[in-house]
Amino acid sequence: MNSVHDMGGMDGLGEIDPTLDRAPFHAPWEARVLALVLASAAWGRWNLDTMRFHRERIPAADYLAFSYYEKWFAALVDLLVRRDLLTAEELASGRPDPARPVLTPALPASAVAGRLAAGRPTERPGGRAPTLVAGQAVRARNDHPAGHTRLPRYVRGRTGRITALHGCHVFADANAMGRGEQPQALYQVRFEGAELWGGRAEPRSAVYLDLWEDHLDPV
Amino acid sequence: MPHSQDPGPQDEATGTQPHDHDHDHDHDHDHDHDHTVPSAIALRVRALETLMVDKGLVDPAALDAIIETYETRIGPRNGARVVARAWTNPAYLDRLRRDATAAIAELGYGGRQGEHMRVVENTLQVHNLVVCTLCSCYPWSVLGLPPTWYKSSAYRARAVIAPREVLAGFGVALPDTVEVRVWDSTAEIRYLVLPERPAGTEGWSEDRLADLVTRDSMIGVARLAPPTGAAA
Repeated sequence: MNSVHDMGGMDGLGEIDPTLDRAPFHAPWEARVLALVLASAAWGRWNLDTMRFHRERIPAADYLAFSYYEKWFAALVDLLVRRDLLTAEELASGRPDPARPVLTPALPASAVAGRLAAGRPTERPGGRAPTLVAGQAVRARNDHPAGHTRLPRYVRGRTGRITALHGCHVFADANAMGRGEQPQALYQVRFEGAELWGGRAEPRSAVYLDLWEDHLDPV
Repeated sequence: MPHSQDPGPQDEATGTQPHDHDHDHDHDHDHDHDHTVPSAIALRVRALETLMVDKGLVDPAALDAIIETYETRIGPRNGARVVARAWTNPAYLDRLRRDATAAIAELGYGGRQGEHMRVVENTLQVHNLVVCTLCSCYPWSVLGLPPTWYKSSAYRARAVIAPREVLAGFGVALPDTVEVRVWDSTAEIRYLVLPERPAGTEGWSEDRLADLVTRDSMIGVARLAPPTGAAA
């Protein structure tokens, strides 16, 4: 979707302040949000791509005003309700409705280390065979899907060159929207600065993106 | 019902109404720090956690275990060890170039947000910088959770269009003779910058070298200075 989350190359978003550090957490509630999001992800009721989509669909003005973990919180609440894990009434009252079933067991503390260590690999060796090769010139498609996409606006219609093949991976654009994993080739593509930014490009600069087969056409 | 394709968030009671409190998130305004009045967001998070625990959807001990992992076990020290080994062990560097995920796993690092790793090497000719313009993807397994500036709109917007200017803001003056490569993390591949080994560290042990390697140098917004007192 063409919202403000797709901000590569935008002006007007302020100055970078390298002194804003505070890793890992800026306040205790941020840590709780991270933990709630990861513990909920373990249910397997949505995937990371779907979660990202729900962050992107936060209304644009709120998206820009929210801090990182406020976005996480808003998207989590949104998904919890949409997927029937909690009702709006339960959120309003703060108390579980005994008439509503508990759809999934909690992730036990004993399973946390294993879950985090395993992660969720997205490589799928049996996916659609690649049709492009390293060294080939490609053009990013001028697509504007209303749903989730990992093809940023600033490269759409621009020509680059494939520098590596990462293998076949879950296609995030489809996976986010409940259309299945559609595993396909994931390429590393280099775009020259001048191709992306015209006369404003800095000298000797290039941007590399990881793009899927369905994002690209051969030139 | 295919909830993931349903329309915008305004059409349901989502609990995500816009906030009405002051937004100054980039600064230390959060009242949790001085133990006076909790902020609105802190209260809302606490309310959600209480509800989810009461409902049996989350185990508070699991939440604590997750937080403890990212506060104490996973952080930039992991990446620094990878870098130090690559500097001192040519066979390891070779494996890192060929299959970074496997080479990093040799040191015991992997898992969430580090499932598929690539290492990009800074040289006299090339400087690498990592960003995620669409969200804030970051190699958690080797660097931990990202700093605030990495997640800021300004960094996400500017790193791709003006990387030299961004680097200058971090104190890195990159000559025009050096090519700058920006890595926009648009898929599940996570990038770790291998900084140049500073002069004056010949013969140093891996542990000693790892102490020199900063998080920012592995994101690409810093270069490592020769150690103080070392012969140039």
